[in-house]
Amino acid sequence: MFSPKQLFAGAVAAALLVLPAYAFDFGRPANSDEIKLWDIDVRPDGKGLPDGSGTVRHGKEVFAENCAACHGDNGQGGIKDRLVGGQGTLASDKPIKTVGSFWPYATTLFDYIHRAMPYQAPGSLSVDDYYALTAYLLSLNGILPPDGKLDKETLPKVKMPNRDGFIPDPEFSKVPVPK
Amino acid sequence: MTSRNENVTEPSGEDAFSRRKFLTVASAGVAGTVVTGRAVADTLADVPPREVGADLSGHGERSKFVHLAMLPEAGPGKRNVDPSDAINSKAPLGKLVGTITPTDLHYERSHSGNPDLDPAKHRLLVHGMTRKQLVFTVDDLMRMPSITRTVFIECTGNGWENWKKADPNVTVQNTHGLVSTNEWTGVPLRFLIDLVGKDRRSTWMLAEGADAAGVDRSIPLTEEIMDEAFIAYGQNGEPLRPAHGFPIRLITPGLEGNLHIKWLRRLKFGDQPWMTRWETDRYTQLLANGKAMQFQLRMETNSVITSPSGMMEIRPGYHRITGLAWSGHGKIAKVEISTDEGRTWKQAELNYPVLPKAQTRFQLDWTWDGKPTKIVSRSTDDKGNVQPDRKSFIAQMGTNALFHYNAQQTWAIDASGRVSNVLA
Repeated sequence: MFSPKQLFAGAVAAALLVLPAYAFDFGRPANSDEIKLWDIDVRPDGKGLPDGSGTVRHGKEVFAENCAACHGDNGQGGIKDRLVGGQGTLASDKPIKTVGSFWPYATTLFDYIHRAMPYQAPGSLSVDDYYALTAYLLSLNGILPPDGKLDKETLPKVKMPNRDGFIPDPEFSKVPVPK
Repeated sequence: MTSRNENVTEPSGEDAFSRRKFLTVASAGVAGTVVTGRAVADTLADVPPREVGADLSGHGERSKFVHLAMLPEAGPGKRNVDPSDAINSKAPLGKLVGTITPTDLHYERSHSGNPDLDPAKHRLLVHGMTRKQLVFTVDDLMRMPSITRTVFIECTGNGWENWKKADPNVTVQNTHGLVSTNEWTGVPLRFLIDLVGKDRRSTWMLAEGADAAGVDRSIPLTEEIMDEAFIAYGQNGEPLRPAHGFPIRLITPGLEGNLHIKWLRRLKFGDQPWMTRWETDRYTQLLANGKAMQFQLRMETNSVITSPSGMMEIRPGYHRITGLAWSGHGKIAKVEISTDEGRTWKQAELNYPVLPKAQTRFQLDWTWDGKPTKIVSRSTDDKGNVQPDRKSFIAQMGTNALFHYNAQQTWAIDASGRVSNVLA
């Protein structure tokens, strides 16, 4: 169907006829300061994690204030997603998928609550608060000790209980590098 | 045939008498007359005289006799909720004809509401493993070469009503209403890839929305996806509706609905998936052994009979069975229908044109003898994929997968002509 080469050539020809500008003159360069504002994604290897740190102890306070209304006092029993427990249930008739039982990467937890929570004001807490929340949720699931602390060095090293619980689809498990 | 939840206004006033008379003699109606519904004019003399119509309109509205609505849902089994509580809204498949879903009835699934963004202030940042990091306005995108393509989008959760049990009191809108087909217009992803000079070692792309949740997915950059994906600003000939990503969204034909990132604001090129919440915790399929399928991105070969379907009532005699088939692999090659519980199959007619990765309407003549039976459809696409029967599908996927349900849909018809949802 669509041929990129033809389209490309067509775009050049059209631009020459209509615009004095070069055919590639779409958009403008992004500067690094503004990219930083939006470049919030975090990978499993920790790339993208910001500076800062947070403790389980502080996370408990932040959670009570910002999260418990929807997720319950200890990350369960609330009106929204249960965050705690369920380990050992995935192969049962009633699997309970939580951060502790199902999520394969701790970096995903930081990335998600940092970008999307609290629901009504996503991204409104400090980076330290997000590290603390991450630490608290991991401790509720028995993955971090009660005196635990997280930062960009330690978070990627956390091994989640269900880390090996996923089977990548064969079609997309290895994407070839184009020639 | 008629359905209990008719989408047509009850006639009133002077029509009432002839309507009652009609109902006693001929309420079976005519198959496929979704818009006109039951007839209430016994002779041509009953047809109202011609008269001058209303003023011409600045904005076209549906006939006052036609009632079409989506079904807002808060989760499996929590139906017809107030839209403010809904997490998705299902398209009325049983009341639609053809293949294009009306724009205002295209199913919705959003993770933090439907923002209505100011296009003058919206920006698309394209960066990462690229020679240039560029910011585009919506006007920039609209000045670029465009393509127009008709594709289905299907929520990965479509079909979730029937994973474990079949509620007999649901319609095809409940069972399959999280799929729709629209014509989309926008800029080929390839064009942006060339503009920014993607590093050839970049094999994955993160697409992120400007919704509150910043919904983001890692997209594998296969040749097929780089050839077919596009950034859409047009939907059925007009700018996108807010619910569908205004001012711009990603379209990835044939893949999970969640990949078609709405309110698109960022494309980042990388060399591995980011493992976002939406490709780990959600939209992964838990198998019976407790392991979960991940990056099962392609929507499988599927079909459903939309008429007769759940909650409708039919009379013995002639019917035209009709429905929709679709496949994320390509074009629908054939649809077969069984009217005897899967024992024998007949090939349905396909309405042309049959487009790749778009819904295709099928139809088949059928005379119902009035005995209880079950009807079921199965589709085959041009890559040879056959829609599985329920039993073999569940044997492979278990009943906890929650997403990617594409088993054959069976409708049971009892002796009174009532059609209901069953597992098989």
